[in-house]
Formats: sequence, C-alpha cells, structure tokens
Amino acid sequence: MDANGILLILLLLAVVLALTPVLGGFMARLYEGRVGWLAPVERGIYRLCGIDPDREQHWTGYAMAFLLLHLLGVLVFYGLMRLQAMLPFNPAGQTAMAPDLSFNTAISFATNTDWQNYGGESTMSYLVQMAGCTVQNFLSAAAGIAVAVALIRGFTRRSARFIGNFYVDLTRTILYLLLPICLIGSLVLVWQGVPQTLQGYVGATTLEGGHQIIAQGPVASQMFIKHFGTNGGGFFNANAAHPYENPTSLVNFIYMASILALGAGLTNTFGRMIGDQRQGWALLAAMGIMLGAGAFAMYAAEAQGNPALSFLANMEGKEVRFGIAASTLFATVTTATSCGAVNAMHDSLLPLAGMVPLINMLLGEVVIGGVGSGLYGMMVFVLITMFIAGLMVGRTPEYLGKKIEAREIKLAVIAILATPLAVLGLGALAMLTPAGQAGIAAPGPHGLSEVLYAFASAANNNGSAFAGLNGNTPFYNVILAVAMLIGRFAVVIPVLAIAGALAAKKTVPPSSGTFPTHSWLFVALLVGIVLVVGGLTYFPVLALGPVVEHLALASGTLF
Amino acid sequence: MSVHRPSSRSLFDSAILAQALVDAVRKLDPRFLVKNPIIFTTALVALLSTVLTVRAAGLQTASAGIMVQITAWLWFTVLFANFAEAIAEGRGKAQAASLRRSKTETMARRLPDLQSADPVEVPASALRAGDLVLCAAGDTIPGDGDVVTGIATVDESAITGESAPVIRESGGDRSAVTGGTRVVSDRIVIRITANPGETFLDRMIALVEGAKRQKTPNEIALSILLVGMTLIFLIVVASLPAWASWSGTHIPVVFLAALFITLIPTTIGGLLSAIGIAGMDRLVKFNVIAKSGRAVEAAGDIDVLLLDKTGTITLGARQAVAFLPLPDIGERDLAEAAFLSSLADETPEGKSIVALARARFRLTEPETNGLQFVPFTAQTRMSGVDLDGGGHHIRKGAADAIAAYTADATRSAPGDGPRELTGLVEQVGKSGGTPLVVARDGRPLGVIHLKDIVKPGIRDRFATLRAMGIRTVMITGDNPLTAAAIAAEAGVDDYLAEATPEKKLELIREQQQGGRLVAMCGDGSNDAPALAQADVGVAMNTGTQAAREAGNMVDLESDPTKLIEIVMIGKQLLMSRGALTTFSIANDVAKYFAIIPSLFLASYPQLQALNLMHLASPQSAILSAIIFNALIIVALIPLALKGVAYKPAPAHSLLKRNLLIYGLGGLAAPFVGIKLIDLGITALGLA
Repeated sequence: MDANGILLILLLLAVVLALTPVLGGFMARLYEGRVGWLAPVERGIYRLCGIDPDREQHWTGYAMAFLLLHLLGVLVFYGLMRLQAMLPFNPAGQTAMAPDLSFNTAISFATNTDWQNYGGESTMSYLVQMAGCTVQNFLSAAAGIAVAVALIRGFTRRSARFIGNFYVDLTRTILYLLLPICLIGSLVLVWQGVPQTLQGYVGATTLEGGHQIIAQGPVASQMFIKHFGTNGGGFFNANAAHPYENPTSLVNFIYMASILALGAGLTNTFGRMIGDQRQGWALLAAMGIMLGAGAFAMYAAEAQGNPALSFLANMEGKEVRFGIAASTLFATVTTATSCGAVNAMHDSLLPLAGMVPLINMLLGEVVIGGVGSGLYGMMVFVLITMFIAGLMVGRTPEYLGKKIEAREIKLAVIAILATPLAVLGLGALAMLTPAGQAGIAAPGPHGLSEVLYAFASAANNNGSAFAGLNGNTPFYNVILAVAMLIGRFAVVIPVLAIAGALAAKKTVPPSSGTFPTHSWLFVALLVGIVLVVGGLTYFPVLALGPVVEHLALASGTLF
Repeated sequence: MSVHRPSSRSLFDSAILAQALVDAVRKLDPRFLVKNPIIFTTALVALLSTVLTVRAAGLQTASAGIMVQITAWLWFTVLFANFAEAIAEGRGKAQAASLRRSKTETMARRLPDLQSADPVEVPASALRAGDLVLCAAGDTIPGDGDVVTGIATVDESAITGESAPVIRESGGDRSAVTGGTRVVSDRIVIRITANPGETFLDRMIALVEGAKRQKTPNEIALSILLVGMTLIFLIVVASLPAWASWSGTHIPVVFLAALFITLIPTTIGGLLSAIGIAGMDRLVKFNVIAKSGRAVEAAGDIDVLLLDKTGTITLGARQAVAFLPLPDIGERDLAEAAFLSSLADETPEGKSIVALARARFRLTEPETNGLQFVPFTAQTRMSGVDLDGGGHHIRKGAADAIAAYTADATRSAPGDGPRELTGLVEQVGKSGGTPLVVARDGRPLGVIHLKDIVKPGIRDRFATLRAMGIRTVMITGDNPLTAAAIAAEAGVDDYLAEATPEKKLELIREQQQGGRLVAMCGDGSNDAPALAQADVGVAMNTGTQAAREAGNMVDLESDPTKLIEIVMIGKQLLMSRGALTTFSIANDVAKYFAIIPSLFLASYPQLQALNLMHLASPQSAILSAIIFNALIIVALIPLALKGVAYKPAPAHSLLKRNLLIYGLGGLAAPFVGIKLIDLGITALGLA
C-alpha cells in the first residue's frame, strides 16, 4: 500500500459524497413530479404508448408492469441476437448467436446483470450492441430505480392503496435522468479517446509484421450507461481492461465515480422524500463503511504481494496502466454495486483479495448496490434490523413510523432467502453434475471459488466474472440465467409487496420510546446485521474456497 | 405512592419442576411439537439421526459411539425446550389452582323475578345469564353479575388477595360482583351476567394456565423470522456436501444434522412460548388480568396514557391549606367559624379544616352544648352550625351557594358579594385549589383554600413515563384554570378539563387518528365506550360490569397507577424476545468456528487455523457445540421466566445496553462454554 493508492480511495469516496446530495436532490424533485422541462416529449411518449400518467398502480399492477417490461425486453433482445446476420449494422458479418448464449445474454441484460458469456466484438453486431445491449442498459437501470422509488413512496404515504405508475417512473427516469447525463458523459469519453463510429473493424500490420484486426464501433454511447446504470456488460470481451473501453486513468476514475453515483444519490433521495435527510445519510454511512472497509482490505491484501513468490507484487491479470491500487479499487466498486464491469482479471487476485469482491456480492449487493436495487435491497435488511431492534427496546418494531408486522417480515424473509437459494442451491448442482464440473478450470479451493463467484455474481445481478470458469456452455448458460431471474424477481416482487403494505399503513409519530434511525448505533447495528446474515450464510463455502486457499498459500501450496 | 411488587414465588418450585419433567416427555407428542416449528424441526432431525445411528450401530461403524451421543443431545435439545414451556405452564397452573379453590360448587338461591320473596335452591352451575339470585351474609356469590337491589359488603380476597371487604351496591359504579367472592353483611339481589364456564374466574384460570394461549401478532412475526433463518441454514447445510465434494470430503449425515441444529435458533425457538406464558404470569402477579396476550403487547407500545385526576394523580380528598379572611376580618375569627362549622363534618375536607384550625390557632372544642349542626343538602349546597339556640348561624359552601345565602339573609340582590371576596375566590381557583366560602350571620368572613394534594412521588413516575416515551394526559372535571394548575404541579404533559365521557372518547379517537396508541383506566359505566376504544383499557375490578366487559384488562386491586407497571411488563415481554433472539443468532459465530474446521480437517489440515478455541478433536468439537446448544436453553429458562431487566430509559440507551449484554455476550458466551464442555468431554474420554 502506498499513499497514492490510499489517496485514490479517499478521493473517490469524497467525490461520491459530494455528488450524493446533488443527484439525490434532483431525483427527489424528479419523482415528486417537480421536474418537467421535457414535458411535451414526456406527454408525447405517454400518448404514443396509451399510458394515462395520472393513473397510479396498486403494487400488483406495478409488479405486473415491471414483469411485462422484462418479458418484452428479453424477447426483443433474444430476437436481435438470433437474427443479427440478417439485420443491418453488421460490418463484421457476425453470424447468429447460439440459442443458449442468446438466452443467457438476453436475461442477463434485462435483469441488470450483464454477465459476459458473450464475446462482445467477436459475437455481436453493432445493431445488437446498440438496440440490444445499450437499450437494455437504460431500461434495466431505470426499472431498478423505479422499484426503489415505489418503495420510498410506501414510506411517505399513509393509508394509501397506490404506489405510483411504473411506466411514468420508468419514462421520467430515462428522459430526465439517464439520457441527459449519459449524453454528456459519452461526449467526455469520446474526448478521452473512446471510439464512437459505425465503421467496421480496421486491419493493421504490427511492427513484427503480423496482421491484426482492431475492433471498434459505437462504444462511447454504450460505455457511460454501462457504468452509470451499474450494468457492466462490455462492448469488448476484455470489458473495462480494453483500452477502447477504458483508455485513461481519468476515464477509469469517472467510471468508478459514476458506478457509485446513483446508488449513493438514491439514499439522499430517500431521505428527502421521507422528509428527513438524516435517514438517508445513515443508510449511506452504513453502505460507505462497508465500501471503505472492502476497498482498504482488498488493497491491503493484494498489495502485500504473493507469499509464494517472496511477496513479489502480484501483477498477473492487471493492466500496468492502472496498477494494483486502481485495479483493486475498481474491483471493489464494481462488486459492491451490482455493476460487474472489470478492469482486471479477478481470477488472478490473491485469495484474500479475491474474497472481497466475492463477499461484496454475497452480502446481497447492498454495499451501495445496483441503481435502485441497492436501496431496496438494503431496505430489506433495515426492516429485519429494526424488527430486532424494536423488540429489544420493548416496542412493536417500526421504521419511519411504519409498524413492521408479520406480513413485512414474511416478505423480507422471502427476499433474503432468494439469493442463498440461487447461490448455494444452484451452485451445489454445478458442483455435483459432470456438466458443471467440466467448466471448472482450477482444482481444489480455487475451482470452488470460481463456481461460487459465478453464482454469486449471477444471483446478485452483478455480472462480473472471476473468469477461469468456462461459462459459455448450455449448462451454465441456462443455470446462470435461472440464478439471475431468481436474484431479480424473487427480490423485486416481495419488495413491491412491502411497498404496498407500508403505503397502506398509518404512520406512527416518533417519541423518545422510538429508536432513532439516524444514529451511529443504528448504522452499526445495520452493518452488523448485514454482515451476520451474509457471514452465517456463506461462512462454510468461503472457508472451503478463498480461506483455505489463503491458508494453503501461506504454507506454500498453490492451486 | 407505592411501587407495586409482585408476590414472589420461588423460581423453581420443586413440585412444579417434577411435573415439568414429566410434561417435557409428554410434549414429545407430534401434535404438540408441530406448534413450534423450530423445535419440531429439531425433533425431525433427531429422529433422522436416531435411524442413522441405529443403522451404524448395526454395522459396527467406528463412529457409532459419537453418533449415539450426538443423537442423545439432539433429543435433549427437544426435551429442554419442552421443559422450559412446561415450567412456565406449571407456574401458571399453580396460580390457577389457587383460583380454582374458590370455585367450589355452591348452591344458589334463584329468584323467579324481582318481586318474588321465595327463592329456589339450584346449584351454581345451573345458573344462566339473566337469572336473578339472592345472596345474604355468609353466602358465596354463585356467579359474575350486577347488583340489582341492595347494598352489601363483600369479601373479595379469593380473587384479589385483599382482605378488607368492599362495598357493592346497585346502580352506581360499584355494582359488579364476581363469582366465588363472599357476602359479609347485608343482602343483595344479583343479576347473573355470565354463563357457567364463561365467568371471570373461568377465564382467568384458562388464561393463567396458558391452555388457550394464542400466539400474539408480534410472536407470529418473530416466528416467521425464525423459520426464515431455519430455511437459510437448511440451504447452507443441505448444499454443503455438494460444495465439499469438490475437495473429496465426505461429511457424515449425523455431523451435518448436528451443524444444522446448532445453527438454527433453537434457543429462542425453545423459549419463545415460555416467555409469552411468563409475561401473562407476571401480570397476574400484579393482580392484573389481561383478556389476551395481544393486549399485553399493545401495552408495551403505548404512546399516550389517560389518567383520571382524582384518586390517581391526587389523593381522593382535598385538604384545607389556608384561611383567607376578608380585609376587615381577623384570620383567627375566620378559622374559628370554619372550625365550629366543620366539627360535625365527617368528610375528609371537613376533617382537614378542623385539623388546620387546630394546628394554626390551637382551637379546642367549645364547652357549650348549644351547637346545632346543619348537614349538607343538595338543595342548599351548604353545611354549617347554628349557635346559641339558633341565635347565630355559620355556613360554609361553594361561592355561589353562599352568595345566595348572604343575599337571602341581608335581603339584597344575589351575587352582590364584596369585591374582595370575589378576588379571593378567583385567587384560590387559579392556584388549582377549591375555594370554600364561610359566612356568619349572613355576612361573608373569608375563604378556606381547599387544595388537591398531588400524590407524593407521582411527579417522578411521570418523569419515568416521559423517559419511556409516553405522554400523560390528566382527565378531570375541574375547570381549565384549576386543571392547569394541578397538571403543572403533578408534571403531566397535558390535561383534559371539564371532561365528559364524550370528550374523553373524542380525545382517544383524535390521538389514535394521529397513529398513537392510547391506554386508559376507568371504572364507571360511562367509561365503557372509552375503555373499548382505547388500545389498552384497564377496568377497575370495583367498577361496573359494563366497564369490566369493555376493557381488555382488569385490575383486581383497582389501582389506576398500575398502568405504569402494565406498560413495563408489555415492554419487558418484547425485550425478552428480542434479547434472546439476538443471543441465539450471535451464538452461531462460535459454533461455526467449532464445527466447520472439524468437518474439513481431513481434507484441509490448514483449516486448523480456524479452530480458535483449540478444541481437542473434531468429534469433541461437534459434540461440545451440540451440548452447549442444548444446555443454554436450560440455562436461560430463569431469564425467560423473569424477563430481561427493564429500567425506563430512552430507546437509544436501552438498545445499546441490550446489544452489549445479549449481542456481545451472545458472541462471547459460547466460545467460553464450548471450550469448557470440550475440556470436560476430553477429561471424561467421551470423544
């Protein structure tokens, strides 16, 4: 660890902290209907789609609309990939993608996972990149934010039946928030050297006389939303390690800040909409503590070097341009949020350093988390925390004046159960079946980590890969897609049901008998509950994977 | 003011213990077990483990010895949980038995109608609601009912434990009688209001026995969370062999079973119903009967407490504190007149006037026997004395009554009293007192200041309530001026002056509209609507049957300040659940560090580094963890029965304290406990 690396972490945290109230304030105004400078366009879209923007939805209607969007998105995207050979904007002459890979990729982008079993420049036409990947990047991010906003409304409303209109929330998110910022952001990327062109790949002759094809395309337009919307699916196979995706250190930093911006900003939006910003800051504090701890822990673990090689700096799988500090920080950020873009090979990390991204995901993507999904995922933990805290202060548990009763607990438990089921249950299936075992590259604990990482990533809609695991097989394409579906819908639907249940409740005014949820004690307790739930669920597999690998490495055994 | 202390029973009565041991085995009946999902799961796992152990023993497997021990401890876990519940029930049953003694079969004298003079002898069990019965001195009242005619003193010690007999009369607010109590004097006719089996006593018995106990809403929510945790651990443990197979590790099913049971929240699962039963039991010990567990829980949530002024905040009677003479009258003259007029006054106010006059001026009773006392009547609203065979008159009463009297005596227009007198009257009123005007021979002398005496210590109790986050509202029929003065003196947060039953009801609804939970206590029939509307309505046992039906709790000692204790018991109940849940979850960390290294040590010797407790062997580690898991249930039974200590404090400090004790304690305790058990096991050579 050096001062440079530590400063990088602190600078990133400071920038995100500064952005939080700005974005948070804007989003609060946006979802309270106080932003309307594109009202004619907005109205036109509603008229075109036959949406009555004033008609709000019951949580079931909101959930149906959410499901419908995903279903349509998957079908269209799947069609594009299967038919790309017949469609325009295909200068490289890509042939149809395989059915199982198309299935996996379509679900992966719709669920904001963006798991990369596809090769990017070697498999997809420009049309698929633009109309498929980029469009889904916007939609899946906006849909996640919409769910978070609906949940916030559950807290702000009393004795209400409706939690908002999904189509309106989706439209306003894309129109006012994502599109304008991504437009500016993409231009900055072009300035920094990210290509934005419809021309085909170019050939080049290297100094040694070899022939090389250099892939390019409409990259910049996809790159900003890829990070800002915590999607993470790369234009190129190498993702953010590719110089066209991530040309400079400045871009690398912009990416990291933009990955965190919306997730952090939403905590402030939450605080503003419920009328007490301190509540939002408390949530951000809990998330920030875990993020900072992860970043420093990973940097420290990786910077110490490989004990088997006399503590030589571990540069395997890293871009020399970024080095250890920027690589580990990017890895922490991309897994703490559900982004999943990578600028280094996670498979090559030292065992303990590799455990940090793994833990970030296994905690349920609540360390900042994905856009929207981070906030609503954290809310599930908040409900559990406040239930236990409420009991311990001798009152029927409540949060922000809403009583937490059997129904909310039941729904929260379903949401919390979903990911362990997908990670441990489906992962066990992979460990037991020949088809699953065939994809594992490394023996021993490292092989286990590869499988665990893949399922943790898919089930938490992260999408980053440890790599090493050969995931582009029918078995993994299907089983990981199932994990992604569970991770998205088995959380979102209970969360929307919670939003509906909360909106229907009265609000109890706080008294000195109510436990204040903007205190450090609350922050500590929330962090404790998140760590305990995650820790108790995954301790055995972590012990069999990275922990034992680390212990073995210390005694000179490599896997 | 007294803080109520429950009558104590030894925590572990040997008779109860013996019975509980038997019941613990009896509760292995699956129909019982299935009510508690966590313990039912434990029993199923124990059963599976038993089958596997028997098979292993048949095959002479080397690990059969350790399997037998693990299986035995799995069963002990179930038995200990049953035992905890049985003890709690046993204590309730002991209480019920003493109640049941008063429920001996009695004969009742049933009257065909009110006018009838010849009753028919029927057994009490034959009485139905609406029947009229006659009870004379010495009779045991055959059932719950209302006094229709007559007045009697009744010994209610069987129910309340209070030996002093109480007055029960028709009409009024003291008309309810309870079956099983005994008439001491006079005779009354009672209209029975409850069928046999539904009487107050029957309900009380059922309640304290815990027989018909229903899970409360909060208990259901907690159970869901516990089941959710069990499912997570089921996924963890069931998928573990698959993940372990990659390294070629084979984990015996019995070890997995042990891991699963130590991880799932058996501690809180095993003690949950004991906590609930014990909560009810504590209420009963305070002589309060809750009609449902839901009401007890609601008590812990109360935001607003409505308290009647008289008898709750102030002593029942007002006291004379000062003589305020008119400018031309000596204070001693006023005191003497007041003294003479109150000599025969038996009311507490009258006595206090005499006492004050004696203390201030050492007045003694005059020797002349020419005193002719004039008692208070509703018409004159005055009392007093005539002296010297009617030559002089002294009268005292409310200002307007005396004004009418003086106007009549001096033949002037009424209401034309001296301006100074009006000033004195207002002065007393403003300070929260009641002015009593004294006049002699038609001429006002001055004012006696009667003061409501706020009960000593009540201010502190309200401060306590404020610390708990509860607002207190004083309900009084006084005018706003007086009410404000007393409210300030007593330290309540708010008051409702000139209260009528309607205003009371309105206040409750208003508070509930704002999302607050309201508690109140009341006794009269006109309190019934408000009692029913309040979230926690505590009816006084001396009150009317209507009030007792409307409330969701009945205070047998009829002490309104007891609401404070009720709130505390409600909070304690939730806190006990929360504390033990936290403890249960925190325990898992140490259990992981005991079991996980032992399961994989054969494949990965490096994992010995995780064996933080340096347990002797893998077998002894697993066995120690499962033994600790079983024994901790027994160790925590006293805590479950007594409830966690509760001192009124803001939520923040309560949480900090409980997290320290049960969170950190729960983290540390098993490290020590498991290590000690491991040392014992190793010493005995069990593993």
